Amino acid sequence: MIFLSYDSPYDPSKSFVVPWDLPPSWEHPFGTTSRGQDLFWWLTFAVRNSLYVGVVTAIISRVISILVGLTAGYRGGWIDRVLMAISDTFVVLPLLPILILLSFLLRESMNLLNLAIILGLFGWSFDARLIRSQVLSLRERSFTRTAVYSGTNSFWITIHEHLPFVLPIVFATTLNNLLWSMGMEVTLSVLGLSDLSTPTLGTALFWANQHGALVAGVWWWITAPALVTAVLFLGLYLLFTSINEYIDPRTRLRLIGG
Amino acid sequence: MRKFVLRYLIPRIIQYLTLIFVGITLTYIIPRLAPTNPVEAQVSMMIARGSSLDPDAIEAMRAALTELYGLSGSPVEQYFAFWSRLFRGDLGPSLGNFPTPVSEMIGQALPYTLRLLIPALIISWIFGNFFGALSSYYPENKALNVVEVLGQVVRSIPYYIVAIVLLVVFSYFIPIFPFSGAYPIGTRPDWSSLDFILTYLEHSVLPAATLILVGFGGWFVGMKSLTSNIISEDYVVYAEIVGLKKRNILVQYIMRTAMLPQLTALAMSLGTVFSGALIMEVVFGYPGVGSLAIRAVYSNDYSMIMGITIYSIIGVATAVFLIDLLYPLFDPRVRYQ
Amino acid sequence: MTLLSVRNLRAYYQTEAYGISRTVQAVDGISFDLFPNEIYGVAGESSCGKTTLIKVISGNIKHPLKVLEGSVIYNFNGYQVDMLQISEDELRRNVRWKQISYVMQGSMSVLNPVRKVIKTFEDIVRTHEGITDKKKFLEQTRAHINRLGLPTDVLNAYPHQLSGGMRQRVAIALATVFQPALIIADEPTTALDVVVQRGVLHMIKDIQAMSKNTVLLVTHDMAVHANVTDRMMIMYAGRIAEEAPTESIFNAPLHPYTQHLINSLPMIGEKTTRTSLGGSPPNLANPPGGCRFHPRCPHVMDECRTVVPDLVTVKERHRVACHLFKEDSV
Repeated sequence: MIFLSYDSPYDPSKSFVVPWDLPPSWEHPFGTTSRGQDLFWWLTFAVRNSLYVGVVTAIISRVISILVGLTAGYRGGWIDRVLMAISDTFVVLPLLPILILLSFLLRESMNLLNLAIILGLFGWSFDARLIRSQVLSLRERSFTRTAVYSGTNSFWITIHEHLPFVLPIVFATTLNNLLWSMGMEVTLSVLGLSDLSTPTLGTALFWANQHGALVAGVWWWITAPALVTAVLFLGLYLLFTSINEYIDPRTRLRLIGG
Repeated sequence: MRKFVLRYLIPRIIQYLTLIFVGITLTYIIPRLAPTNPVEAQVSMMIARGSSLDPDAIEAMRAALTELYGLSGSPVEQYFAFWSRLFRGDLGPSLGNFPTPVSEMIGQALPYTLRLLIPALIISWIFGNFFGALSSYYPENKALNVVEVLGQVVRSIPYYIVAIVLLVVFSYFIPIFPFSGAYPIGTRPDWSSLDFILTYLEHSVLPAATLILVGFGGWFVGMKSLTSNIISEDYVVYAEIVGLKKRNILVQYIMRTAMLPQLTALAMSLGTVFSGALIMEVVFGYPGVGSLAIRAVYSNDYSMIMGITIYSIIGVATAVFLIDLLYPLFDPRVRYQ
Repeated sequence: MTLLSVRNLRAYYQTEAYGISRTVQAVDGISFDLFPNEIYGVAGESSCGKTTLIKVISGNIKHPLKVLEGSVIYNFNGYQVDMLQISEDELRRNVRWKQISYVMQGSMSVLNPVRKVIKTFEDIVRTHEGITDKKKFLEQTRAHINRLGLPTDVLNAYPHQLSGGMRQRVAIALATVFQPALIIADEPTTALDVVVQRGVLHMIKDIQAMSKNTVLLVTHDMAVHANVTDRMMIMYAGRIAEEAPTESIFNAPLHPYTQHLINSLPMIGEKTTRTSLGGSPPNLANPPGGCRFHPRCPHVMDECRTVVPDLVTVKERHRVACHLFKEDSV
């Protein structure tokens, strides 16, 4: 669908280019909306933009979580305690009200990139914790000691010896984070707190709600984006679990019985 | 006992206070980072929307806003003033429903949210864990495998979508459940009438089902992977070699221990679950805190959003703290160190 | 009269994942007998199939472990049990713990971490005999514990409150509640420090002397065998290398591998350094042909590389699998 968006016959920012409120047909596979847009082509843009938010968020939060996780795990002591207290706080905090507050205040300058940055700044905590615990277990292994005793500096150890072990976790959490941020985008958009002129899965649902799609009997307007979202998430989730299973040497070993 | 207090209790209390401190400080800092002057923006927005407020009320509102944003005095003074107002429980007046206090409105909406959230949370936690453990212990059982697939599906999809799907299916295509709200429009809540309670329950079925379904999926999947690790623990293998009954092993050896990390996970996930509940309320038009929040967004009710944020932080932090306090009752390793 | 007779037992781990199938020949053609009232030792380096052998004879055969061939027959005072045929239910009801009990490897962690020790006793007794009188059960358990020299307090403790040695003793006490005919002890002293080891071994010996049952003691530690067992077998790469009374094994070892194991034991007053054997035990997924020891054997002959040596009886109660020895040649 992403690739299809480049070939769309309609411009998503324009409305009333096609007859409105048509149910699904061959010409308009998902029907058209009360705003005169072809839902199928509109959704191709939505999926692309939603994935864009997800990927940018994932990259930003990855950078933070790797930095925090490695520092906390490697340095230990009070630095570790402070960093973990902060990340625990972020894990437990009800993020939605805070995000609502934040997006509410930034509503004027809200666009996809800003949204992704905000989500990235809030979405790192749990993964930082995972990375830290991995580093902690690595730190106790003998090759780290060998490196320390042989006088290698700690930065070098962190980058060269630990990062390779941490990367599989980072990868696994990336997809999880992707799902989270796309879910949040949907949520915030539905509340009308993102840039509503950009098609995303969330704004699709927002407009459907705004026009009372269900009450008006335009059921496909709300069903199509909901189904597309569900399928997209499920697909990503299954991809995530299977990659995870492959990456995690323990599950692989269990399967081979080694 | 002293060790317990030092090693367990005091760190938890510190964590509790940090959580509240960081959360509240965030809500203090965020508005200050906003590019526009919030007071003037608010006031002009109110005027632009043609509110029929007289100049005195606008002045009062401006004063309230300045006070609310804590914009008088130096940043340090502002920060302390912010805290001292919180301690008095004063969150200022709602701007959408001026001058009803924010805390009063939240106080009315909160019971709806809690009456839905708490039972749903408990039910999904218990059932999700129970069936997750079962499915891991009896991997060949077909019915459980079907449940697992369902759990995986529901778990991966955002709350909002699950809610919409249920809504579309069960009140649009198969209209067995009401569309929205907690009771029919025009009815007054009357807790002494059985009829009212029944319609209230009927209206709560779909929202509750959403929360339970999503929660169930999450706990199910989590418990299953936990249990598959515990099954290979020495004491479970031993119990099997000893020849204990399967049911005994499942309940006393597997569930008993797997429950503990799940209890911690429950505490860790409260924030997320709470956020999910807010969203779900919006979909179903359920008159809880979530609907309050969305109305506040539409009516630019800054103080209400602020109040809800602060309430949520304190509420979630307290719930987490309570679970942490209960935890030692279930885990002797923490109790006797 | 034999308690257990194992004949030509072959048990492999067979797995398949991502299209790669793998077979580990953990137990490959083993035959031996156990008699009432003896302590029988199984020795060998780690991953030579000791634990797999125990799994099969104690009836814990679970995927990916599979028995391909052979028989495992018990005779508990006339009650015959074929371990490879018995139903799971009968096994659980009549054999487990009543006839065969098990002190697991890593017994340190066999106790449920969130329940008191007494609860584990209660579970076992309730499952196998039922508890009608709680008070009587408590009295009996206390008496049992005291008889083994353990303080009554341990019953009301949680596992993490006990020391490693104490947990191991509790595991042994659990294994002996019903006076079983066979107690299988898998590396019971491995994780313990030397002083505690001694105590635990004494306890096992005392229990055996008291109840005249059979103990199957599995450990890689030759010193433990020398001190405790009456008869023993040396396993190498899934097969028996040698089996004899412990005294003969230590005084007149025949198999080059046994000789190596015994020579590598330190002795008091000795000053020379020990020569170690080159190489390491073979990978059982792909073992060498012929005698599996031949790549490391100092006396290797051509025949060793191709022909699997039979386990031959060279003296009374002394069997060895090596081409250097033929029937009654010693």
